Amino acid sequence: MVGLEHYLTVAATLFVIGIFGLFLNRKNVIIILMSIELMLLSVNINLVAFSSYMGDLVGQVFTLFVLTVAAAEAAIGLAILVCFFRNRGTISVEDINVMKG
Amino acid sequence: MFQTDFNIILPEVVLAVYAMLALVGAVYTGKDKLAPAMTWLTAIVMVLIAAWIGFAGDGSHLAFGGMFHDDPFSRFGKVTILLSAAAVLAMSAEYMERRGLLRFEFPVLVALSVVGMMMMVSAGDLMSLYMGLELQSLALYVLASLRRESAKSTEAGLKYFVLGSLSSGLLLFGASLTYGFSGTTLFSGIIEAAGAGQAPVGLLFGLVLIASGLAFKVSAVPFHMWTPDVYEGAPTPVTAFFATAPKVAAMGLFARVLHDAFGGVVGDWQQIIAVLSVLSMFLGSIAAIGQRNIKRLMAYSSIAHMGYALMGLSAGNAFGVQAMLVYMAIYVTMNVGTFAFILSMERDGQPVVEIDALNLYARREPGKALALLVLMFSLAGVPPLVGFFGKLYVLRAAYEAGLIWLAVLGMVASVIGAFYYLRIVYYMYFGEEREEGLDGGKSPVLWAFLMGSAAIMLLGVVNLFGIEGVAQAAAATLVH
Repeated sequence: MVGLEHYLTVAATLFVIGIFGLFLNRKNVIIILMSIELMLLSVNINLVAFSSYMGDLVGQVFTLFVLTVAAAEAAIGLAILVCFFRNRGTISVEDINVMKG
Repeated sequence: MFQTDFNIILPEVVLAVYAMLALVGAVYTGKDKLAPAMTWLTAIVMVLIAAWIGFAGDGSHLAFGGMFHDDPFSRFGKVTILLSAAAVLAMSAEYMERRGLLRFEFPVLVALSVVGMMMMVSAGDLMSLYMGLELQSLALYVLASLRRESAKSTEAGLKYFVLGSLSSGLLLFGASLTYGFSGTTLFSGIIEAAGAGQAPVGLLFGLVLIASGLAFKVSAVPFHMWTPDVYEGAPTPVTAFFATAPKVAAMGLFARVLHDAFGGVVGDWQQIIAVLSVLSMFLGSIAAIGQRNIKRLMAYSSIAHMGYALMGLSAGNAFGVQAMLVYMAIYVTMNVGTFAFILSMERDGQPVVEIDALNLYARREPGKALALLVLMFSLAGVPPLVGFFGKLYVLRAAYEAGLIWLAVLGMVASVIGAFYYLRIVYYMYFGEEREEGLDGGKSPVLWAFLMGSAAIMLLGVVNLFGIEGVAQAAAATLVH
């Protein structure tokens, strides 16, 4: 029997993989975008699992909002990335270094 | 039923519809030729909506089953946000036009992000919180990379986007846990589930993740890494916008989540906020000392100021929220004036951001130098200027809540921070003669904002323009 905790474990694992992908990746900004998407979608697993466990629809409504926002966010991220590529000719993470933060 | 709900969110609807109409209208007609007029028109619309909310708003109302609050707290936040955004738009029109930066998307994006901010300070539900936050953030990502052909600006946008999305992800994961362990997304339901005194562990995880997501948005240490780079890389008018309205909205949302949803478990979050506050104050004050670029310096200055605002929040009572609101209103006024000066810094028509260029500025422009002196003293918290009373307020809130160590550390940090503000004043009055000074910068609008802000810093000491009473009423609605 697959219970609530299994879903929560999968979601938490995916979320942590997303965070690690964001920080450990030194190659490509596209991978960062994929990691961000992974984080948002792991939240959706969480929400749907809670929603079905409690028999409460609000969580699934929340999921639809998150999906919409994730799509908008990916669009804006790619648009900014295209502008960056035009200026610098590269999308390597190591090259995002004009300013030292 | 729907009619009453709709009337409550009418100001947001008006601004959102205005933004969309302006976008469509500009696309089909004059495009960038209309941009200067649109910028001014957007500023006027925002001032009118601020007056509408400020004068016509009355009492506390709930809309859409508690998802949206219209109360004195949200009205205080909205008026501050709208007025500061309008001030930034008015200041940026001429600056951007002369540098070929003024596209018609700029006022539209500012208006849309302001709608998001208004949503944030009114949120009564995790969903409206998230939608408001994302509407604001997505518009701000684009604004940061507004100068498409500049490597610095696109890099700032990319950094802001990546770290901003990370913070949204953290906040959302916290929201999902909060929903799961309380069974509802409404703040009024969460506060019941959290109970008094001790919240379940799952809810605490949710609280910590939501708090770290919001700490990113207010740029509190240790979530501040993006701030200096984004402030430096973004065009200066956009930096001025980042330093004002979004900060007020994020602090307002922070206060709302902590008190509306987790007000029963103050002991659980008080220490987290206090630690964020101490780290922000010290890092902001110490790291700013080495900066030669005035935009980076203002970034560290805003980190330090967020530390003080968080100090008011960490008191965990109505007086603390009142102190935070007063502090934010003063902070925004000071920053509008300071950025009016930074926007007017130029040489041969090119913007200048190096602090060294201010050497002996007082000999060339005694009036503006004096105004900047007043603003710098106020930012540093030198009595008897208004900035001092803001600091006094939050220190008193922390002291009265029993956080004496926090108040003492706050005073130490403010003494360290005074160094870099006073250094700017030193350069202006006692610096060495340099060849490459500043010239130009004769814009009457910027001059008016600089002088107005400096005058408020001097005249406000009488009664802070009665803002205390309004902030007190606002805080009373939030803290039960």
